[in-house]
Amino acid sequence: MKTDDRNINWVREPRLGLAGRSYLLLFVQGLTTTLRHFFSRKKTVQSPEERHEIPDPPIYRGVHRLNRDQRGRVKCVACFLCATACPADCIDIVAAESPWTDREKYPQSFTIDELRCIFCGMCEEACPVDAIELTSLYDLSGKSREEMIFDKEKLLSVYDQTKNTEPMITKRD
Amino acid sequence: MPPILESLLKIAVLIGGLMTAAAYLVLLERWIAAWVQDRLGPNRVGVPLTKIRLFGLGQPVADGGKFLTKGEFTPGHVDKILYFLAPMAIFVAAIAAFAVVPLGSVVLPASWGVGEPVRLAVAPGLDVGMLYIFAVGSVAVYGVVLGGWASNNKYSFFGAIRSSAQLISYELPLGLGILGVVLASGSLRLDNIIIEQARSGTWNALVQPLGFVVFCVAAFAEAGRLPFDLPEAEQELVGGYHTEYLGVKLMMYMVSEFLHMVLAAFLIVILFLGGWHFWGLTGSAEAVSWPVALLRAIVLLAKVMGAIFFFMLARWSWPRFRYDQLMEVAWKVMIPWGLINVVAVAAWMEYGVQLARPWNLSAAQGMAVVGWGVLLLCWLATTIIDPTASGNRPRRDLSANDNCLE
Repeated sequence: MKTDDRNINWVREPRLGLAGRSYLLLFVQGLTTTLRHFFSRKKTVQSPEERHEIPDPPIYRGVHRLNRDQRGRVKCVACFLCATACPADCIDIVAAESPWTDREKYPQSFTIDELRCIFCGMCEEACPVDAIELTSLYDLSGKSREEMIFDKEKLLSVYDQTKNTEPMITKRD
Repeated sequence: MPPILESLLKIAVLIGGLMTAAAYLVLLERWIAAWVQDRLGPNRVGVPLTKIRLFGLGQPVADGGKFLTKGEFTPGHVDKILYFLAPMAIFVAAIAAFAVVPLGSVVLPASWGVGEPVRLAVAPGLDVGMLYIFAVGSVAVYGVVLGGWASNNKYSFFGAIRSSAQLISYELPLGLGILGVVLASGSLRLDNIIIEQARSGTWNALVQPLGFVVFCVAAFAEAGRLPFDLPEAEQELVGGYHTEYLGVKLMMYMVSEFLHMVLAAFLIVILFLGGWHFWGLTGSAEAVSWPVALLRAIVLLAKVMGAIFFFMLARWSWPRFRYDQLMEVAWKVMIPWGLINVVAVAAWMEYGVQLARPWNLSAAQGMAVVGWGVLLLCWLATTIIDPTASGNRPRRDLSANDNCLE
Protein backbone atom coordinates (compact mmCIF):
# COMPACT_ATOMS: atom_id res chain seq x y z
CA MET A 1 0.00 0.00 0.00
CA LYS A 2 1.38 3.38 -0.97
CA THR A 3 1.53 6.19 1.55
CA ASP A 4 -0.44 8.50 -0.75
CA ASP A 5 -3.31 6.03 -1.03
CA ARG A 6 -6.61 7.91 -0.86
CA ASN A 7 -7.95 5.26 1.50
CA ILE A 8 -5.42 5.99 4.20
CA ASN A 9 -6.59 8.36 6.88
CA TRP A 10 -3.65 10.07 8.45
CA VAL A 11 -4.42 10.84 12.06
CA ARG A 12 -2.49 13.47 13.92
CA GLU A 13 -1.59 12.49 17.45
CA PRO A 14 -3.21 14.73 20.04
CA ARG A 15 -0.55 16.85 21.67
CA LEU A 16 0.11 15.89 25.25
CA GLY A 17 -0.22 18.37 28.09
CA LEU A 18 2.72 19.42 30.22
CA ALA A 19 2.20 16.60 32.71
CA GLY A 20 2.10 14.03 29.94
CA ARG A 21 5.14 15.41 28.22
CA SER A 22 7.21 15.37 31.38
CA TYR A 23 6.58 11.60 31.52
CA LEU A 24 6.76 11.82 35.29
CA LEU A 25 3.05 11.35 35.90
CA LEU A 26 2.92 8.33 33.64
CA PHE A 27 5.95 6.90 35.37
CA VAL A 28 4.37 7.22 38.81
CA GLN A 29 0.97 5.99 37.62
CA GLY A 30 2.45 2.84 36.08
CA LEU A 31 4.48 2.05 39.14
CA THR A 32 1.64 2.59 41.60
CA THR A 33 -0.66 0.38 39.54
CA THR A 34 1.77 -2.52 39.53
CA LEU A 35 2.60 -2.08 43.19
CA ARG A 36 -1.07 -1.98 44.13
CA HIS A 37 -1.69 -5.26 42.35
CA PHE A 38 1.57 -6.69 43.69
CA PHE A 39 0.25 -6.53 47.24
CA SER A 40 -3.41 -7.21 46.51
CA ARG A 41 -5.23 -10.46 47.24
CA LYS A 42 -4.56 -13.09 44.59
CA LYS A 43 -7.44 -14.47 42.56
CA THR A 44 -5.96 -17.84 41.66
CA VAL A 45 -8.10 -20.90 42.45
CA GLN A 46 -5.65 -23.66 43.24
CA SER A 47 -7.21 -26.51 41.32
CA PRO A 48 -7.42 -29.45 41.98
CA GLU A 49 -7.32 -28.82 45.75
CA GLU A 50 -9.67 -25.87 45.49
CA ARG A 51 -12.61 -25.89 43.11
CA HIS A 52 -14.37 -23.12 41.30
CA GLU A 53 -17.60 -22.14 42.96
CA ILE A 54 -20.55 -23.27 40.85
CA PRO A 55 -23.61 -21.15 41.61
CA ASP A 56 -26.71 -22.79 43.06
CA PRO A 57 -28.84 -23.74 41.09
CA PRO A 58 -25.95 -25.04 38.99
CA ILE A 59 -26.07 -22.75 35.99
CA TYR A 60 -23.11 -24.24 34.21
CA ARG A 61 -22.49 -26.03 30.93
CA GLY A 62 -20.26 -28.99 31.68
CA VAL A 63 -20.44 -32.66 30.72
CA HIS A 64 -23.77 -33.93 29.38
CA ARG A 65 -25.94 -36.45 31.11
CA LEU A 66 -28.93 -38.50 29.93
CA ASN A 67 -31.68 -38.33 32.53
CA ARG A 68 -33.63 -41.33 33.75
CA ASP A 69 -37.31 -41.30 34.51
CA GLN A 70 -38.83 -42.56 37.78
CA ARG A 71 -38.66 -46.20 36.64
CA GLY A 72 -34.96 -45.88 35.85
CA ARG A 73 -35.40 -45.93 32.07
CA VAL A 74 -33.75 -43.47 29.75
CA LYS A 75 -36.07 -40.51 29.26
CA CYS A 76 -34.99 -39.87 25.69
CA VAL A 77 -37.59 -40.52 22.99
CA ALA A 78 -35.13 -40.41 20.09
CA CYS A 79 -36.78 -37.43 18.44
CA PHE A 80 -33.45 -36.15 17.02
CA LEU A 81 -34.19 -32.55 18.01
CA CYS A 82 -30.92 -32.27 19.93
CA ALA A 83 -28.90 -33.77 17.08
CA THR A 84 -30.56 -31.31 14.70
CA ALA A 85 -29.95 -28.34 16.97
CA CYS A 86 -26.33 -29.24 17.61
CA PRO A 87 -24.09 -26.75 15.77
CA ALA A 88 -21.04 -28.95 16.20
CA ASP A 89 -22.70 -32.08 14.90
CA CYS A 90 -21.45 -34.15 17.78
CA ILE A 91 -24.59 -36.08 18.73
CA ASP A 92 -25.27 -39.40 17.05
CA ILE A 93 -28.53 -41.23 17.79
CA VAL A 94 -29.70 -44.58 16.50
CA ALA A 95 -33.42 -44.90 17.13
CA ALA A 96 -35.32 -48.15 17.57
CA GLU A 97 -38.85 -49.15 18.35
CA SER A 98 -39.56 -48.67 22.00
CA PRO A 99 -40.07 -51.77 24.16
CA TRP A 100 -42.30 -49.70 26.40
CA THR A 101 -45.90 -48.68 25.80
CA ASP A 102 -45.65 -45.00 26.73
CA ARG A 103 -43.63 -43.96 23.65
CA GLU A 104 -42.95 -45.07 20.14
CA LYS A 105 -39.16 -44.76 19.90
CA TYR A 106 -36.18 -44.94 22.18
CA PRO A 107 -32.45 -44.49 21.49
CA GLN A 108 -30.77 -47.78 20.83
CA SER A 109 -27.49 -45.95 20.95
CA PHE A 110 -26.81 -42.37 21.92
CA THR A 111 -23.25 -41.07 21.57
CA ILE A 112 -21.80 -37.62 22.10
CA ASP A 113 -18.30 -36.77 20.92
CA GLU A 114 -17.17 -34.63 23.85
CA LEU A 115 -14.15 -33.43 21.90
CA ARG A 116 -16.32 -31.96 19.15
CA CYS A 117 -18.88 -30.52 21.54
CA ILE A 118 -18.64 -26.78 22.08
CA PHE A 119 -20.80 -26.86 25.23
CA CYS A 120 -23.30 -24.35 23.90
CA GLY A 121 -26.28 -26.00 25.60
CA MET A 122 -28.51 -26.02 22.49
CA CYS A 123 -29.30 -29.71 22.93
CA GLU A 124 -30.59 -29.00 26.39
CA GLU A 125 -32.74 -26.18 25.01
CA ALA A 126 -34.08 -28.30 22.19
CA CYS A 127 -35.03 -31.39 24.17
CA PRO A 128 -38.84 -31.67 24.50
CA VAL A 129 -38.70 -34.19 27.35
CA ASP A 130 -35.74 -32.82 29.34
CA ALA A 131 -33.76 -35.95 28.71
CA ILE A 132 -30.40 -34.33 28.00
CA GLU A 133 -28.88 -31.85 30.40
CA LEU A 134 -25.51 -30.27 30.95
CA THR A 135 -24.03 -30.79 34.41
CA SER A 136 -21.55 -28.71 36.29
CA LEU A 137 -18.72 -31.25 35.96
CA TYR A 138 -16.06 -29.38 34.05
CA ASP A 139 -12.84 -31.32 34.38
CA LEU A 140 -13.36 -34.17 31.97
CA SER A 141 -10.26 -35.66 30.44
CA GLY A 142 -9.21 -38.84 28.74
CA LYS A 143 -6.15 -40.53 27.33
CA SER A 144 -7.47 -41.16 23.81
CA ARG A 145 -9.98 -39.73 21.39
CA GLU A 146 -12.08 -42.89 21.55
CA GLU A 147 -12.35 -42.54 25.31
CA MET A 148 -13.90 -39.11 24.88
CA ILE A 149 -16.81 -40.37 22.76
CA PHE A 150 -19.43 -40.94 25.44
CA ASP A 151 -22.03 -43.64 24.76
CA LYS A 152 -25.45 -44.08 26.32
CA GLU A 153 -24.23 -46.06 29.32
CA LYS A 154 -21.61 -43.49 30.12
CA LEU A 155 -24.08 -40.61 29.78
CA LEU A 156 -26.56 -42.40 32.04
CA SER A 157 -23.82 -43.04 34.57
CA VAL A 158 -23.09 -39.30 34.62
CA TYR A 159 -26.75 -38.90 35.61
CA ASP A 160 -26.39 -41.46 38.39
CA GLN A 161 -23.31 -39.65 39.58
CA THR A 162 -24.85 -36.19 39.64
CA LYS A 163 -28.56 -36.77 40.32
CA ASN A 164 -28.26 -36.04 44.05
CA THR A 165 -26.22 -32.86 43.75
CA GLU A 166 -27.96 -31.53 40.66
CA PRO A 167 -31.64 -32.43 40.50
CA MET A 168 -33.37 -32.08 37.17
CA ILE A 169 -34.30 -28.49 36.54
CA THR A 170 -37.90 -29.16 35.45
CA LYS A 171 -39.95 -32.18 36.39
CA ARG A 172 -42.65 -32.96 33.87
CA ASP A 173 -43.54 -36.49 34.97
CA MET B 1 47.89 -20.31 47.48
CA PRO B 2 49.27 -19.99 43.93
CA PRO B 3 47.56 -17.20 41.98
CA ILE B 4 46.31 -19.50 39.23
CA LEU B 5 44.52 -21.68 41.79
CA GLU B 6 43.04 -18.61 43.44
CA SER B 7 41.76 -17.36 40.10
CA LEU B 8 40.30 -20.73 39.16
CA LEU B 9 38.54 -20.94 42.50
CA LYS B 10 37.09 -17.46 42.03
CA ILE B 11 35.97 -18.28 38.49
CA ALA B 12 34.28 -21.47 39.66
CA VAL B 13 32.45 -19.66 42.45
CA LEU B 14 31.48 -16.82 40.13
CA ILE B 15 30.10 -19.01 37.35
CA GLY B 16 28.34 -21.30 39.80
CA GLY B 17 26.83 -18.33 41.55
CA LEU B 18 25.79 -16.64 38.33
CA MET B 19 24.14 -19.74 36.88
CA THR B 20 22.21 -20.37 40.09
CA ALA B 21 21.29 -16.72 40.28
CA ALA B 22 20.08 -16.69 36.68
CA ALA B 23 17.95 -19.79 37.29
CA TYR B 24 16.37 -18.33 40.39
CA LEU B 25 15.92 -14.94 38.78
CA VAL B 26 13.77 -16.64 36.16
CA LEU B 27 11.63 -17.93 39.00
CA LEU B 28 11.59 -14.50 40.63
CA GLU B 29 10.62 -12.91 37.34
CA ARG B 30 7.73 -15.35 36.97
CA TRP B 31 6.64 -14.75 40.53
CA ILE B 32 6.68 -10.99 40.16
CA ALA B 33 4.88 -11.23 36.84
CA ALA B 34 2.22 -13.35 38.54
CA TRP B 35 1.86 -11.20 41.63
CA VAL B 36 1.52 -8.04 39.58
CA GLN B 37 -1.27 -9.75 37.63
CA ASP B 38 -3.07 -10.99 40.78
CA ARG B 39 -1.95 -14.56 40.23
CA LEU B 40 0.09 -16.83 42.48
CA GLY B 41 2.81 -17.88 40.07
CA PRO B 42 4.76 -21.14 40.09
CA ASN B 43 4.32 -22.62 43.56
CA ARG B 44 4.14 -26.37 43.01
CA VAL B 45 7.50 -27.83 42.06
CA GLY B 46 9.49 -28.69 45.17
CA VAL B 47 11.73 -31.62 45.95
CA PRO B 48 11.53 -34.07 43.03
CA LEU B 49 9.66 -37.34 43.58
CA THR B 50 8.10 -36.13 46.82
CA LYS B 51 5.09 -34.04 47.64
CA ILE B 52 7.17 -31.34 49.32
CA ARG B 53 6.47 -28.07 47.54
CA LEU B 54 8.79 -25.46 49.04
CA PHE B 55 6.77 -22.61 47.48
CA GLY B 56 7.88 -23.72 44.02
CA LEU B 57 11.60 -23.36 44.65
CA GLY B 58 12.23 -26.48 42.60
CA GLN B 59 10.94 -24.77 39.48
CA PRO B 60 14.37 -23.71 38.14
CA VAL B 61 15.57 -27.31 38.29
CA ALA B 62 12.53 -28.43 36.34
CA ASP B 63 12.95 -25.61 33.82
CA GLY B 64 16.63 -26.40 33.33
CA GLY B 65 15.91 -30.10 32.97
CA LYS B 66 13.28 -29.35 30.36
CA PHE B 67 15.63 -27.18 28.34
CA LEU B 68 18.49 -29.67 28.55
CA THR B 69 16.45 -32.71 27.55
CA LYS B 70 14.72 -31.08 24.61
CA GLY B 71 15.51 -32.44 21.19
CA GLU B 72 18.38 -30.53 19.61
CA PHE B 73 16.68 -29.75 16.34
CA THR B 74 18.44 -27.48 13.88
CA PRO B 75 16.19 -25.86 11.29
CA GLY B 76 17.24 -26.73 7.75
CA HIS B 77 17.41 -23.18 6.44
CA VAL B 78 19.87 -21.68 8.89
CA ASP B 79 23.52 -20.82 8.50
CA LYS B 80 24.90 -23.69 10.57
CA ILE B 81 28.16 -22.19 11.78
CA LEU B 82 26.79 -18.81 12.79
CA TYR B 83 23.70 -20.45 14.23
CA PHE B 84 25.87 -22.33 16.72
CA LEU B 85 28.34 -19.52 17.26
CA ALA B 86 25.88 -16.74 18.10
CA PRO B 87 24.53 -18.04 21.42
CA MET B 88 28.05 -18.90 22.52
CA ALA B 89 29.26 -15.38 21.74
CA ILE B 90 26.50 -13.72 23.72
CA PHE B 91 26.83 -16.19 26.59
CA VAL B 92 30.59 -15.84 26.92
CA ALA B 93 30.37 -12.08 26.71
CA ALA B 94 27.64 -11.96 29.35
CA ILE B 95 29.67 -14.03 31.80
CA ALA B 96 33.03 -12.44 31.03
CA ALA B 97 31.78 -8.99 31.96
CA PHE B 98 31.42 -10.11 35.57
CA ALA B 99 35.18 -10.68 35.87
CA VAL B 100 35.78 -7.14 37.08
CA VAL B 101 32.71 -6.75 39.29
CA PRO B 102 34.13 -6.28 42.81
CA LEU B 103 32.46 -7.64 45.92
CA GLY B 104 35.00 -6.00 48.27
CA SER B 105 38.24 -7.26 49.70
CA VAL B 106 38.86 -9.21 52.85
CA VAL B 107 41.83 -9.61 55.20
CA LEU B 108 42.04 -13.25 56.17
CA PRO B 109 42.95 -14.19 59.77
CA ALA B 110 46.70 -14.20 60.41
CA SER B 111 46.68 -17.93 61.19
CA TRP B 112 45.81 -18.72 57.57
CA GLY B 113 49.18 -17.46 56.47
CA VAL B 114 47.88 -15.21 53.71
CA GLY B 115 49.50 -11.84 54.13
CA GLU B 116 47.79 -9.80 51.46
CA PRO B 117 44.09 -8.99 51.54
CA VAL B 118 42.07 -11.13 49.15
CA ARG B 119 40.10 -9.08 46.64
CA LEU B 120 36.80 -10.68 45.80
CA ALA B 121 36.80 -10.31 42.03
CA VAL B 122 38.13 -12.58 39.29
CA ALA B 123 40.28 -9.83 37.80
CA PRO B 124 40.88 -7.52 40.77
CA GLY B 125 42.48 -4.15 40.27
CA LEU B 126 42.06 -4.05 36.53
CA ASP B 127 42.73 -0.38 35.93
CA VAL B 128 40.47 -0.19 32.90
CA GLY B 129 37.60 -2.07 34.53
CA MET B 130 34.92 0.20 33.13
CA LEU B 131 36.39 0.03 29.62
CA TYR B 132 36.59 -3.74 29.89
CA ILE B 133 32.90 -3.98 30.73
CA PHE B 134 32.09 -1.75 27.78
CA ALA B 135 34.28 -3.74 25.41
CA VAL B 136 32.82 -7.07 26.47
CA GLY B 137 29.33 -5.65 26.62
CA SER B 138 29.43 -4.61 22.99
CA VAL B 139 30.20 -8.20 21.98
CA ALA B 140 26.64 -8.97 23.04
CA VAL B 141 25.49 -7.10 19.92
CA TYR B 142 27.29 -9.71 17.83
CA GLY B 143 25.43 -12.51 19.54
CA VAL B 144 22.12 -10.86 18.73
CA VAL B 145 22.95 -9.82 15.17
CA LEU B 146 24.60 -13.11 14.25
CA GLY B 147 21.71 -15.05 15.75
CA GLY B 148 19.17 -13.04 13.80
CA TRP B 149 21.16 -13.25 10.58
CA ALA B 150 21.93 -16.96 10.88
CA SER B 151 18.30 -17.82 11.55
CA ASN B 152 17.40 -16.83 7.99
CA ASN B 153 13.98 -15.69 9.13
CA LYS B 154 12.60 -12.24 8.53
CA TYR B 155 11.27 -11.78 12.05
CA SER B 156 14.56 -12.84 13.59
CA PHE B 157 16.30 -10.46 11.26
CA PHE B 158 14.00 -7.57 12.14
CA GLY B 159 14.72 -8.25 15.80
CA ALA B 160 18.45 -8.32 15.17
CA ILE B 161 18.40 -5.10 13.14
CA ARG B 162 16.36 -3.31 15.75
CA SER B 163 18.60 -4.63 18.45
CA SER B 164 21.82 -3.54 16.82
CA ALA B 165 20.53 -0.02 16.25
CA GLN B 166 19.16 0.14 19.77
CA LEU B 167 22.25 -1.19 21.51
CA ILE B 168 24.57 1.08 19.54
CA SER B 169 22.40 4.14 20.16
CA TYR B 170 22.10 3.53 23.86
CA GLU B 171 25.77 2.87 24.37
CA LEU B 172 26.32 6.62 23.99
CA PRO B 173 24.11 7.72 26.92
CA LEU B 174 25.45 4.76 28.90
CA GLY B 175 28.99 6.02 28.40
CA LEU B 176 28.01 9.61 29.12
CA GLY B 177 26.31 8.55 32.33
CA ILE B 178 29.45 6.75 33.45
CA LEU B 179 31.72 9.59 32.40
CA GLY B 180 30.38 11.86 35.12
CA VAL B 181 31.11 9.21 37.74
CA VAL B 182 34.57 8.59 36.38
CA LEU B 183 35.30 12.33 36.42
CA ALA B 184 34.13 12.65 40.00
CA SER B 185 36.04 9.66 41.35
CA GLY B 186 39.05 9.97 39.09
CA SER B 187 39.30 6.27 38.33
CA LEU B 188 38.01 3.66 35.93
CA ARG B 189 38.42 0.94 38.55
CA LEU B 190 35.11 -0.18 39.96
CA ASP B 191 36.47 -0.83 43.47
CA ASN B 192 38.02 2.63 43.52
CA ILE B 193 34.70 4.15 42.51
CA ILE B 194 33.02 2.40 45.45
CA ILE B 195 35.75 3.39 47.90
CA GLU B 196 35.52 6.99 46.74
CA GLN B 197 31.81 7.00 47.45
CA ALA B 198 32.31 5.29 50.82
CA ARG B 199 35.02 7.75 51.83
CA SER B 200 32.98 10.85 51.05
CA GLY B 201 29.76 9.20 52.26
CA THR B 202 27.79 10.58 49.33
CA TRP B 203 26.54 8.17 46.71
CA ASN B 204 26.91 9.38 43.17
CA ALA B 205 23.15 9.19 42.59
CA LEU B 206 22.72 11.90 45.24
CA VAL B 207 25.13 14.36 43.66
CA GLN B 208 24.68 13.45 39.98
CA PRO B 209 20.98 12.62 39.65
CA LEU B 210 20.98 13.54 35.97
CA GLY B 211 23.74 11.06 35.23
CA PHE B 212 21.86 8.49 37.29
CA VAL B 213 18.67 8.93 35.27
CA VAL B 214 20.54 8.78 31.96
CA PHE B 215 22.51 5.73 33.02
CA CYS B 216 19.44 3.88 34.33
CA VAL B 217 17.48 4.45 31.15
CA ALA B 218 20.42 3.41 29.01
CA ALA B 219 21.05 0.36 31.19
CA PHE B 220 17.43 -0.73 30.75
CA ALA B 221 17.82 -0.38 27.01
CA GLU B 222 21.15 -2.19 26.94
CA ALA B 223 19.70 -5.05 28.93
CA GLY B 224 16.86 -5.21 26.41
CA ARG B 225 14.21 -5.05 29.12
CA LEU B 226 10.80 -3.51 28.82
CA PRO B 227 9.99 -0.72 28.07
CA PHE B 228 12.89 -1.08 25.62
CA ASP B 229 12.53 -4.72 24.61
CA LEU B 230 12.03 -4.08 20.90
CA PRO B 231 14.55 -6.72 19.81
CA GLU B 232 12.10 -9.39 20.85
CA ALA B 233 8.78 -7.57 21.00
CA GLU B 234 6.67 -10.69 21.02
CA GLN B 235 3.52 -9.04 19.72
CA GLU B 236 5.34 -7.94 16.59
CA LEU B 237 8.27 -10.27 16.00
CA VAL B 238 7.22 -13.70 17.35
CA GLY B 239 10.33 -14.10 19.50
CA GLY B 240 12.73 -11.63 17.92
CA TYR B 241 16.26 -12.73 17.21
CA HIS B 242 15.89 -16.09 18.96
CA THR B 243 12.72 -17.20 17.19
CA GLU B 244 14.52 -20.09 15.52
CA TYR B 245 16.35 -21.28 18.62
CA LEU B 246 15.37 -24.03 20.99
CA GLY B 247 16.74 -26.20 23.75
CA VAL B 248 20.15 -25.43 25.16
CA LYS B 249 20.87 -22.64 22.67
CA LEU B 250 17.66 -20.85 23.58
CA MET B 251 18.57 -21.30 27.22
CA MET B 252 21.93 -19.65 26.58
CA TYR B 253 20.14 -16.65 25.11
CA MET B 254 17.72 -16.50 28.01
CA VAL B 255 20.44 -16.80 30.63
CA SER B 256 22.51 -14.15 28.85
CA GLU B 257 19.55 -11.82 28.92
CA PHE B 258 19.21 -12.31 32.65
CA LEU B 259 22.95 -11.87 33.14
CA HIS B 260 22.78 -8.59 31.23
CA MET B 261 20.09 -7.47 33.62
CA VAL B 262 22.16 -8.57 36.64
CA LEU B 263 25.19 -6.77 35.26
CA ALA B 264 23.14 -3.63 34.67
CA ALA B 265 21.87 -3.84 38.26
CA PHE B 266 25.44 -4.31 39.56
CA LEU B 267 26.65 -1.32 37.57
CA ILE B 268 23.79 0.89 38.74
CA VAL B 269 24.55 -0.05 42.33
CA ILE B 270 28.33 0.18 42.09
CA LEU B 271 28.52 3.39 40.09
CA PHE B 272 25.64 5.33 41.57
CA LEU B 273 24.31 3.72 44.74
CA GLY B 274 27.52 3.33 46.72
CA GLY B 275 28.30 -0.34 46.06
CA TRP B 276 28.81 -2.08 49.38
CA HIS B 277 28.72 1.19 51.33
CA PHE B 278 25.99 1.96 53.80
CA TRP B 279 26.18 4.81 56.27
CA GLY B 280 27.38 3.81 59.73
CA LEU B 281 27.44 0.14 58.85
CA THR B 282 30.29 -0.86 56.60
CA GLY B 283 33.07 1.69 57.14
CA SER B 284 35.19 2.94 54.31
CA ALA B 285 38.56 1.16 54.62
CA GLU B 286 39.70 -0.71 51.53
CA ALA B 287 40.33 -4.11 53.14
CA VAL B 288 38.48 -5.32 56.21
CA SER B 289 38.20 -8.42 58.37
CA TRP B 290 35.82 -11.11 57.25
CA PRO B 291 32.68 -10.23 59.27
CA VAL B 292 32.66 -6.73 57.83
CA ALA B 293 33.50 -8.07 54.37
CA LEU B 294 30.53 -10.42 54.63
CA LEU B 295 28.32 -7.56 55.73
CA ARG B 296 29.52 -5.53 52.75
CA ALA B 297 28.76 -8.36 50.36
CA ILE B 298 25.28 -8.67 51.86
CA VAL B 299 24.67 -4.93 51.54
CA LEU B 300 25.87 -4.94 47.93
CA LEU B 301 23.75 -7.95 47.00
CA ALA B 302 20.72 -6.51 48.77
CA LYS B 303 21.05 -3.33 46.74
CA VAL B 304 21.48 -5.35 43.56
CA MET B 305 18.36 -7.34 44.38
CA GLY B 306 16.51 -4.09 44.88
CA ALA B 307 17.63 -2.89 41.47
CA ILE B 308 16.63 -6.19 39.87
CA PHE B 309 13.25 -5.98 41.56
CA PHE B 310 12.79 -2.57 39.99
CA PHE B 311 13.80 -3.99 36.60
CA MET B 312 11.15 -6.67 36.93
CA LEU B 313 8.43 -4.33 38.15
CA ALA B 314 9.22 -1.93 35.33
CA ARG B 315 8.37 -4.66 32.86
CA TRP B 316 4.72 -4.53 33.91
CA SER B 317 4.50 -0.83 34.70
CA TRP B 318 5.09 0.96 31.43
CA PRO B 319 4.16 0.24 27.84
CA ARG B 320 6.84 -0.47 25.28
CA PHE B 321 8.17 2.44 23.24
CA ARG B 322 7.51 2.53 19.55
CA TYR B 323 10.69 2.21 17.57
CA ASP B 324 10.90 5.85 16.47
CA GLN B 325 10.14 6.93 20.03
CA LEU B 326 12.92 4.69 21.26
CA MET B 327 15.41 6.34 18.93
CA GLU B 328 14.14 9.82 19.73
CA VAL B 329 14.49 9.21 23.45
CA ALA B 330 18.07 8.13 22.89
CA TRP B 331 19.24 10.83 20.49
CA LYS B 332 17.09 13.81 21.40
CA VAL B 333 16.78 13.43 25.16
CA MET B 334 19.27 11.03 26.73
CA ILE B 335 22.41 12.03 24.85
CA PRO B 336 21.93 15.78 25.42
CA TRP B 337 21.17 15.12 29.07
CA GLY B 338 24.28 13.00 29.38
CA LEU B 339 26.40 15.70 27.75
CA ILE B 340 24.97 18.35 30.04
CA ASN B 341 25.72 16.15 33.01
CA VAL B 342 29.32 15.64 31.94
CA VAL B 343 29.78 19.37 31.42
CA ALA B 344 28.19 20.17 34.78
CA VAL B 345 30.36 17.65 36.62
CA ALA B 346 33.50 18.77 34.83
CA ALA B 347 32.77 22.41 35.56
CA TRP B 348 32.12 21.60 39.18
CA MET B 349 35.34 19.62 39.49
CA GLU B 350 37.24 22.62 38.13
CA TYR B 351 35.55 25.58 39.77
CA GLY B 352 33.30 24.03 42.40
CA VAL B 353 35.38 24.62 45.49
CA GLN B 354 35.71 28.36 44.83
CA LEU B 355 32.05 28.61 43.95
CA ALA B 356 30.87 26.78 47.06
CA ARG B 357 33.00 28.73 49.52
CA PRO B 358 30.94 31.95 49.72
CA TRP B 359 27.73 29.94 50.14
CA ASN B 360 29.24 28.05 53.06
CA LEU B 361 28.58 24.65 51.48
CA SER B 362 30.75 21.56 51.58
CA ALA B 363 31.94 20.17 48.26
CA ALA B 364 29.36 17.37 48.30
CA GLN B 365 26.49 19.67 49.20
CA GLY B 366 27.42 22.11 46.49
CA MET B 367 27.65 19.34 43.94
CA ALA B 368 24.26 18.00 45.00
CA VAL B 369 22.70 21.43 44.61
CA VAL B 370 24.21 21.78 41.14
CA GLY B 371 23.27 18.21 40.19
CA TRP B 372 19.62 18.45 41.22
CA GLY B 373 19.34 21.91 39.74
CA VAL B 374 20.65 20.69 36.42
CA LEU B 375 18.30 17.70 36.49
CA LEU B 376 15.31 19.90 37.20
CA LEU B 377 16.24 22.39 34.49
CA CYS B 378 16.88 19.66 31.93
CA TRP B 379 13.61 17.93 32.70
CA LEU B 380 11.69 21.20 32.55
CA ALA B 381 13.35 22.25 29.29
CA THR B 382 12.65 18.85 27.72
CA THR B 383 9.04 19.01 28.82
CA ILE B 384 8.56 22.44 27.28
CA ILE B 385 10.55 21.88 24.08
CA ASP B 386 9.15 18.38 23.68
CA PRO B 387 11.75 17.13 21.19
CA THR B 388 10.10 13.74 20.78
CA ALA B 389 6.70 15.01 19.66
CA SER B 390 7.17 14.50 15.93
CA GLY B 391 5.77 10.97 15.95
CA ASN B 392 3.09 9.78 13.54
CA ARG B 393 2.88 13.05 11.66
CA PRO B 394 1.60 12.96 8.09
CA ARG B 395 4.28 13.56 5.52
CA ARG B 396 4.52 17.19 4.58
CA ASP B 397 3.76 16.55 0.92
CA LEU B 398 0.58 14.82 1.98
CA SER B 399 -0.70 17.41 4.42
CA ALA B 400 -2.70 19.07 1.64
CA ASN B 401 -4.40 15.75 1.19
CA ASP B 402 -8.09 16.17 1.97
CA ASN B 403 -8.36 12.91 3.85
CA CYS B 404 -5.84 13.98 6.45
CA LEU B 405 -7.73 14.18 9.73
CA GLU B 406 -6.71 16.85 12.18
